[in-house]
Amino acid sequence: MHEMSLAEGILRIIEEQAAARGFDRVLRVRLEVGRLAGVEIEALRFSFDAVMRESVAESAVLEIVDVPGQGWCLDCAATVEIDALYAACPHCGGYRVQASGGLEMRVLDLEVDTTDPLP
Amino acid sequence: MCTVCGCGEGETRVEGQPTGGHAHEHQHADGTVHSHAHPHHHGHEHSHEHAHVHEHRHADGTVHAHAHDHAHAHGHGTGHDHDHPHAHVHGQGDDFHYGHGPAHAHAPGLSQERMVRIEQDILGKNNAYAENNRNLFETNGILALNLVSSPGSGKTSLLTATIERLRGRYPVSVIEGDQQTSNDAERIRATGVPAVQVNTGKGCHLDAHMIGHAVDHLKLEGRGLLLIENVGNLVCPSAFDLGEAHKVVILSVTEGEDKPLKYPDMFNASDLMILNKVDLLPYVDFDVERCIEYARRINPRLEVLQLSARTGEGMDAWLNWLQTAMGPEASPAAVEDVEALRRRVAELEAELQAVRGGG
Repeated sequence: MHEMSLAEGILRIIEEQAAARGFDRVLRVRLEVGRLAGVEIEALRFSFDAVMRESVAESAVLEIVDVPGQGWCLDCAATVEIDALYAACPHCGGYRVQASGGLEMRVLDLEVDTTDPLP
Repeated sequence: MCTVCGCGEGETRVEGQPTGGHAHEHQHADGTVHSHAHPHHHGHEHSHEHAHVHEHRHADGTVHAHAHDHAHAHGHGTGHDHDHPHAHVHGQGDDFHYGHGPAHAHAPGLSQERMVRIEQDILGKNNAYAENNRNLFETNGILALNLVSSPGSGKTSLLTATIERLRGRYPVSVIEGDQQTSNDAERIRATGVPAVQVNTGKGCHLDAHMIGHAVDHLKLEGRGLLLIENVGNLVCPSAFDLGEAHKVVILSVTEGEDKPLKYPDMFNASDLMILNKVDLLPYVDFDVERCIEYARRINPRLEVLQLSARTGEGMDAWLNWLQTAMGPEASPAAVEDVEALRRRVAELEAELQAVRGGG
């Protein structure tokens, strides 16, 4: 939906961390993105590559941990797995399913290194 | 300035005043450097898909060709000329990813690798601003609503019709979000209520930081209603909390009844759907029941109101909804009632004491 915005948000988090923790290169960025978060993964990868240019994460590998979608079926009174906001309950086939999980988009961790200062 | 995404940076204007901007310098793989201001957001305006075959020659002399598909969206007209980043989809089994950039060589001697745990929401910054706004609204007794829809669903007409009917009941303020022009804020000001226009420039949504700026221009005093008209866009605003009490999605019957299925995120994020322009139902093929059924597939708890801002049909139900959302009014009369009850309780307790003391 707004993957360029998300990539900018990721860069902001990385730059804050780089300033606070004193690393100057990011080798790997691990995100957690829920299937119901409305994020187009390929568009996010495209944006990530464009946004990270000339930053500490220029050459970082982007790894995305997929989080399955979950919903609460009002009729079954149970948590069920759904892969889209408009999906029916896999048990009863009804649509009274309220999305409850898989909505997250978070930066989990970074693999970083620090350039040794020149002697 | 959009503090979350940086979109529209340098072009965001609150009441015509820029809120900030900055320049970037880029060095490309071929060594050319260029700098340009960043008044653009790449994630909108138009998108297109490519399907084509590329041939690559690698440093070791091997050549391979591969097909790739990618869709990308980018803004034009920003005076920004750039080669597209090489975003090829490299297929390896089920693992497709866009390119990692040319500098993915790990030079020896650069060690001290370590893992840094972050666990931060990508939109955390926006959410923090939204919480500040929410506290401000709650402290002041302001009911803030974030009105979202496609362009042309009749948001501004609904606003003016609502303001007319609320005249004298409680104060109303409006924040208008549009990419350009202050036409909507002028329409609102013509009704006599304060309105602030936020131009997002190339940005496709309002964010909580913009709302914080806009609120500074409004004098929010005492109990009242703040109506925030978001940029006409059924996609991006769904993810950006502004600190509102409720998102209200407006759909007009001149649109497709399957929009809830096409743009599910917005209907999932909203608490109320308003079906507007119902006076046109005799002239359009819009199945109201089916539309509501689709919307509730996405969000079973979604409330629905049907109205016509133009004819006034259904407006009373909307005003009642607003009244309920505002909560019980701590009117002077109500305060007096409570005081009277307290006095009566005290009197009865005194009588009881007297009876017990006498017995």
